Amino acid sequence: MKKVALGAVCLIAGLGMASATEVAPGDLQYDEYGFLPAPLTDAPGDPANGRKIVSTKSLGNCVSCHTVTEMIKDVPFHGNVGPSLDGVADRYPEAMIRGIVTNSQGVFEGTVMPSYYKTDGFNRPGIAYTSKPIEGEITPLLDAQQVEDVVAYLMTLKDN
Amino acid sequence: MKMASLKTMTSSVAALALCAGAAAADENAELVINGDIEIVTRTEAPAHLAGHLDEIRSGWTFRTRETQALEMDDFDNPGMIFVEKAIEAWDTVDGTEGKSCASCHGTAEEGMAGVKAVYPKWNEAAGEVRTMEMQINDCRTNRMGAEEWKYSGGDMTDMVALIASVSRGTPMNVAIDGPVADTWAKGKEIYYTRFGQLNLSCASCHEENYDNYIRADHLSQGQTNGFPTYRLKNTKLNAVHDRFKGCIRDTRGVPFGVGSPEFVALELYVASRGNGLSVEGPSVRN
Ligand code: HEC
Ligand code: HEC
Repeated sequence: MKKVALGAVCLIAGLGMASATEVAPGDLQYDEYGFLPAPLTDAPGDPANGRKIVSTKSLGNCVSCHTVTEMIKDVPFHGNVGPSLDGVADRYPEAMIRGIVTNSQGVFEGTVMPSYYKTDGFNRPGIAYTSKPIEGEITPLLDAQQVEDVVAYLMTLKDN
Repeated sequence: MKMASLKTMTSSVAALALCAGAAAADENAELVINGDIEIVTRTEAPAHLAGHLDEIRSGWTFRTRETQALEMDDFDNPGMIFVEKAIEAWDTVDGTEGKSCASCHGTAEEGMAGVKAVYPKWNEAAGEVRTMEMQINDCRTNRMGAEEWKYSGGDMTDMVALIASVSRGTPMNVAIDGPVADTWAKGKEIYYTRFGQLNLSCASCHEENYDNYIRADHLSQGQTNGFPTYRLKNTKLNAVHDRFKGCIRDTRGVPFGVGSPEFVALELYVASRGNGLSVEGPSVRN
């Protein structure tokens, strides 16, 4: 199963279909802990854009559940449903952080944190907050480059 | 700390808090409406919640002191304006039979005291679980020969608020066994099902995370004892199925329909999670 998926990625890359290769949600290579060592794109993550995604309601809106002290001055109302993200890069390796962002439940069983790069396994998925059903393919909450940007930003959150 | 929070209280709340000897913290404030109706806002969870919740709390205990105060006196409670409207409708003859609600039930205080506390409930003749809205429409169509009201339309929600208001103080006590057992079990299943692309269940927010904040929202236990609720956010009375709809929409999901069998079942189940809390509607929320 996993080998087949990897083959598909290589094939696309080999054909040179896109300048920056993107791995589709269904083709991600998680390890046994749900960590994701390989980046989703060729282009390196942009921490500044990641910061914007984490703090913006219409994007990742991670601050709805997490406090990030570094942005307390310019972003109001941080939630506390999840742990503070301060110093997360000291606590966890990048592969784990990437796995949490793409498919949180693969790392934390039963967590309430949404999966940001996943397109299946939902009940009654709707188009954003419209209450209208999604017909056809589900677009992940963040695209591949946005995930890498968020990971790059989280990797800047160090205590020391 | 105590001084600062006392200062921000309105004088009437401060007076009440002093009389009741309540602590200064919002969540320990006591709710007495019109200085008369004592409302149980925190109590031991019903037996069926063993292992899930120890204590159940009204949404009132999670609101700010200012919002809490609005519910303590009917003159301050904007929801009571809608109750006034429903009192008029209660006495108004409508339909082919020449009857009003009052023709069969007398005044709402006489006819409806305590009724809201046991809804949704089993209707033997119809062989179905009925919400208050369903019962009201049954009276309108079958007894009055009048038009049905829209399930969560203004007329309907006002009337539910009137019926709730005369039960304030009565502990919620919906039945969960016997003929409603299947519906209750279905409601429970829906409560624990994750919906939408955010993949959240009612329990994700209201059982696992009550008292936490999602952005600026202070999560309550999602109890229904305060319905209909007057919300400062949309300045109207809100029916319980509309609230369920909004919560599922916020998971980036597709809600069930207002009045649907799924929401009727969910309403019964959620109401049973509040068994022991006083009927409080129309309540004030943000
Ligand atoms: C609905 C709530 C919610 C949202 C939204 C959310 N998270 Fe989380 N997150 C959690 C919870 C809860 C945990 C703790 C894991 C568990 O359930 O044990 C967590 C854990 C984490 C962790 C591990 C932190 C630690 O120290 O253990 C990271 C990193 C993280 N989240 C990043 C993010 C990012 C980035 C986003 C947005 C793109 C996000 N989260 C959005 C709820 C959320
Ligand atoms: C994404 C988080 C979230 C989910 C999931 C959620 N809710 Fe809510 N709910 C809220 C917020 C925020 C409020 C407003 C603050 C409060 O009372 O908790 C609320 C309020 C309520 C209220 C009003 C309580 C009162 O006292 O006025 C009820 C009832 C309720 N929810 C029921 C449900 C039910 C039933 C479900 C599942 C179908 C559900 N909620 C799912 C976030 C959520």
